[in-house]
Amino acid sequence: MNLLPTATPMEEPTILPPRLAPDFSPADSPSGPARSLIEIDHLDFFYGASQALHDITLAIPEKQVTAFIGPSGCGKSTLLRCLNRMNDLIEGTRIASGRIRIDGADIHGDGVDAIELRKRVGMVFQKSNPFPKSIYENVVYGLRLQGVGDKRLLDETVEKSLRGAALWDEVKDRLHESALGLSGGQMQRLCIARTIAVNPEIILMDEPCSALDPIATMKVEELIHDLKKQFTIVIVTHNMQQAGRCSDFTAFFYLGQLVEYARTEKIFTNPGEKKTEDYITGRFG
Amino acid sequence: MTPNFEQQLGKIRETLLMMASLTDRNLNLAMRALVQRDDALARTVEAEDSQIDQLEILLDDLVISFMALHAPVAKDCRFMLVASKIANNLERIADLAVAIARRARELNGQPLLKPLIDIPRMGALAAEMLRDAISALVEEKPEQAREIVKRDKAVDEINRQLERELTSFMLEDPATITRALSLTLVSRNLERIADHAKNIAEEVYYLYRAADIRHGQGGETAPVER
Repeated sequence: MNLLPTATPMEEPTILPPRLAPDFSPADSPSGPARSLIEIDHLDFFYGASQALHDITLAIPEKQVTAFIGPSGCGKSTLLRCLNRMNDLIEGTRIASGRIRIDGADIHGDGVDAIELRKRVGMVFQKSNPFPKSIYENVVYGLRLQGVGDKRLLDETVEKSLRGAALWDEVKDRLHESALGLSGGQMQRLCIARTIAVNPEIILMDEPCSALDPIATMKVEELIHDLKKQFTIVIVTHNMQQAGRCSDFTAFFYLGQLVEYARTEKIFTNPGEKKTEDYITGRFG
Repeated sequence: MTPNFEQQLGKIRETLLMMASLTDRNLNLAMRALVQRDDALARTVEAEDSQIDQLEILLDDLVISFMALHAPVAKDCRFMLVASKIANNLERIADLAVAIARRARELNGQPLLKPLIDIPRMGALAAEMLRDAISALVEEKPEQAREIVKRDKAVDEINRQLERELTSFMLEDPATITRALSLTLVSRNLERIADHAKNIAEEVYYLYRAADIRHGQGGETAPVER
């Protein structure tokens, strides 16, 4: 049985997952009603015999930032990697039951190509991983893989993506220099530019600022704020203040279970679950 | 959570409770100074008020440092806001106790206008509201705090009756004006003290329930979140 109705623009918007607090409604969305783009429905995930995610159900709204928080080993990064099937690359992993739908379509459905899925669902990692190539080549890497060779299109994409990643002004005069000469914060923004160059719908970020200093962190956070106008963003973070500053919705996980999912303001001012409150106030974890 | 976090939180709690204890004591002394016509007690209240002022300043310093260093969230964050607001209300109550003590010294030098019945009753009601609000804070009892809010009306009513009665004294005999005015001001001070006790009770409710019952919000229905 499909417990999460797939929202379409014609329908009443639905972002009301079963685990949300009772006072949560689509109208809570800061930019007005939002529809859910990603629907996770009773997901059970295993690493070999060890169950990492237990019966996870939540709906992620479109063009909003959703943060996954929780102590180490709670399953938040595992869930994030499920969203673009990155876990397929790890031997022994399996989804025992449940579904993930993006825009209503099952991402494990017949005929879904994981590579195509990852074009739609880009990912930014904890440690920036620029290729040992020029800044320009890093940005166009995905397009070249797709066989795009039109120089004008590539040039336009480089400028658009670097502007989108708030990096253009800093690197426009050295696009053909090595990306490895950039600072840590610039490298991370370059990786974001590389991700948005292939025009995804969703950007997954796995602790994108954990290796950055406060200034670089602030720039990436400002960027996240701008990017949500165009993209749906899901971010895993250990930094409570970052989740508070950046996200519209927050999901708290513990021991592979979703404990609470609500508007970020609600989670950080008046969480519904004692376990959430204990975690965010630093009383455990 | 670091030991420093708990230690600093504990220091804020201690400072707040110390303020509450001194304020309660000064209010009690001010009322005794009036009822027992004791100038020495009145002077004690006036002299000790600065301690409460200093504690308010200390508490605000502790709160701002805690917020800057620990970035509290959820209940800890509400406690910072509430502690500062309760401290402000306590400081105002202590100032009003000083005002009562000063009136007591003025009145003590003159014959009684009438037996003091309503004013001690108001004083007892207001002091009880304050003590119960603080005990609701310490014992984490938001429902007890909410119940205190309703008691403010009884104090308001006595104040109105007393004002009418004292006005009639002044109309009948202008020689009573000074004493009647002093008693009117004491009555108003007590009415304000009850208001501050009510404010404290509302803050206690907010702390534990994260819901706002100020200005009649959520009075009989569900409280409003702020």
